[in-house]
Amino acid sequence: MKVLLKNREMLLVVAIALLVALIALRFPPFVTPRNLANVYNDTSILIILALGQMAVILTRCIDLSMAANLALSGMVAAMINAAMPGLPIPLIIFVAMALGAVLGSINGLLVWKLDIPPIVVTLGTLTIYRGLIFLLSGGAWINAHQMSDAFKALPRTTLLGFPLLSWLSLVIIALMVVVMRRTPPGRAFFAVGGNPHAAVYTGIDVGRTRFLAYCLSGTLAGLSGYLWVSRYAVAYVDIAAGFELDIIAACVIGGVSIAGGIGSVGGAVLGALFLGVIKNALPVVNISPFAQMAISGMVIIIAVAVNARAERRKGRVILRKAEAAHG
Amino acid sequence: MLQDKTTSRMKPAIALEGISKSFPGVRALAEVSLALYPGSVTALVGENGAGKSTLVKILTGIYQPDEGTIHVDGAETHFPTANAAAKAGVTAIHQETVLFDELSVAENIFLGHAPRTRLGLIDWRRMNADARALLVRVGADLDPSIRLRDLGIASKHLVAIARALSIDARVVIMDEPTAALSHKEIHELYELVDRLKADGKAILFISHKFDEIFRIADRYTVFRDGRMVGEGLIAETTQDDLVRLMVGRDVGQVFPKQDVTIGEPVLTVSGYRHPTEFEDINFELRRGEILGFYGLVGAGRSEFMQALIGITKPSAGAIKLHGEVKVIRSPAEAIEAGIVYVPEERGRQGAIIGLPIFQNVTLPSLSRTSRAGFLRMAEEFALARNYTSRLDLRAASLDQDVGTLSGGNQQKVVIAKWLATRPKVIILDEPTKGIDIGSKAAVHAFMSELAASGLSVIMVSSEIPEIMGMADQVIVMREGRIAGRFERAELTAERLVRAAAGIEEAA
Repeated sequence: MKVLLKNREMLLVVAIALLVALIALRFPPFVTPRNLANVYNDTSILIILALGQMAVILTRCIDLSMAANLALSGMVAAMINAAMPGLPIPLIIFVAMALGAVLGSINGLLVWKLDIPPIVVTLGTLTIYRGLIFLLSGGAWINAHQMSDAFKALPRTTLLGFPLLSWLSLVIIALMVVVMRRTPPGRAFFAVGGNPHAAVYTGIDVGRTRFLAYCLSGTLAGLSGYLWVSRYAVAYVDIAAGFELDIIAACVIGGVSIAGGIGSVGGAVLGALFLGVIKNALPVVNISPFAQMAISGMVIIIAVAVNARAERRKGRVILRKAEAAHG
Repeated sequence: MLQDKTTSRMKPAIALEGISKSFPGVRALAEVSLALYPGSVTALVGENGAGKSTLVKILTGIYQPDEGTIHVDGAETHFPTANAAAKAGVTAIHQETVLFDELSVAENIFLGHAPRTRLGLIDWRRMNADARALLVRVGADLDPSIRLRDLGIASKHLVAIARALSIDARVVIMDEPTAALSHKEIHELYELVDRLKADGKAILFISHKFDEIFRIADRYTVFRDGRMVGEGLIAETTQDDLVRLMVGRDVGQVFPKQDVTIGEPVLTVSGYRHPTEFEDINFELRRGEILGFYGLVGAGRSEFMQALIGITKPSAGAIKLHGEVKVIRSPAEAIEAGIVYVPEERGRQGAIIGLPIFQNVTLPSLSRTSRAGFLRMAEEFALARNYTSRLDLRAASLDQDVGTLSGGNQQKVVIAKWLATRPKVIILDEPTKGIDIGSKAAVHAFMSELAASGLSVIMVSSEIPEIMGMADQVIVMREGRIAGRFERAELTAERLVRAAAGIEEAA
């Protein structure tokens, strides 16, 4: 048990299981497989976004513009679809992702070439991207009837009993595991955040690595833009407003260190799921949305405190006997 | 006891007697005595590691001595905290002044003891007026309300001194105060020291520069290896005598240097220069050779090395590797070419805490452990195991976080990391700084093995015994230029010190 609790991911799994069990006591239908699958599907977009954010936070940066990027990419996707309903959906998804990548790369370039603090850069681009949506749409909504059926179908189509949206998020998770664990840029994200000075001497270009992380988060935000608009069948200036905080919260709950260098795909996914469970469960047990926000906030602080304690308690292994016992 | 007309009638403002201080594995100070007199400047000289900074820390209450006594005005006292030392009137002005950039000059001077109004709020008008008066006393024409960050280093020193006066300091310690100053600023500092002297302050002046010691000091004290080896009046000594006292006669330490047949030239550096940091750097490094770079701190050695591996851009210069011209624009290209740099601050620039041991080792070699853009864990482990076992790394598993290792083992991980890149030239910047004697010997033995295996080593070191014990050829840098070159056979400690300090060779 002790060994299990030492592992941050296992701790989260236990916490989520406890939470679900607690909810089941009050409202048993919540734990039916069907409903749990729905909760997962509902959390899919947050998972995808949290994985992009994780890459950025690992490099000691932050991306506050993800939700605005999502909204802008989603709006452009919806407008293209409304104007040219015949255009194949994969092409629209590609455009949304490419636009997201461009918006992310703007953040990356500002951080890399102009050396502006990431929080300032993305706070600025957040506002600019939201403003651009207004300029493009003139403030108008694009509603379900303006979108083609194919455009709206993708998140609703099921495959082997699960919605395509869920499958897509699973594919992204798998891809991110490979990127983070098996590619040089993935390794560089950890190195740059863990010790930027040392990373320079090992031949890693710190600025370029951060740029890549922003491109990744931008691309995933662009993809999420299409998914969001298609799922909720509406696009307007304020979609996903404030969602950037949920994304960061998912990472933080999942043990991604805001100081960079520490984090995992599993952690970020579990952090997102934890928030997803809270969001979906609290209404059915009759807790008001305002209490939900307070509970989410408390969970974030508790998670950070637990992580900080884990970091502190570890200590160095100097004693010989401790060295033998370790690992 | 020494007597002269300035001190014979005076009691020391502060006197240390029989002070000893040990750290695990190192005896930093052994039964040291030092007396500072009012209105007199005492120069403290000694090589790096002689115990000067430990002494300053004891004087300012940061360290507690293991043995010995401190007398202030004849009464025995203790400085359990830095605050206690400040209250007793001891203040230190460091190379990099420890002040607050974002606060005003007046706030810096009075931080912690600002004048208050009757309501207990800070009395700004009085504080600014008092600050101005103090600044006038140190000869600084500064507006007390401007922010400190807008001042040059020399002015910041003046503010630090004004602060010392504001707490009525009687003992002023100046730790290499001129290291970062221009010639004009240095002269202003000399005048200030004269004024402090006239004010009756007792001054301890730590410096490596002989010209300034002879310009402003009245007395000298020489430290070597944690012991006081000489003291007296400046008027009765010469530069040669001080150098001799500083370096002593015996090296005293046996270095595990292997005899290596030195081969063909590997790295040729010609005409390296940088607009502000160094110029005219030329040398040739041969196979199996250890080339020592000696000099005072700030002589431009690390700066040159960083340009060599492409972290900073030199404005001119060329290098040849095995006779072939190479252009190195980034550390990645340096590693590719076979030149690696093991930086000085291993904490800040070495291991990456949070990554497991094997990932630390393979970080600069990822192009070799990956296929088609994907990393191969098995090859990473094999590479890491190969090099860490050669260095006898003690760790339960290569998968464990490098942050859980002791300092010595972390250092082995860092060295394994560089060896795994299969370098031709390895640059070690202060490889034994801050580690105990046992670990030093291990690093030296290892360095010798590297050279014997055909690697070329550049060793940047500020420790004379290490340079003398390990190097085949030594380049001495001073103020960004090469100030001397010596083959092993012609090396003497005195020659090194002279070249580094800019003293003419005695005929």
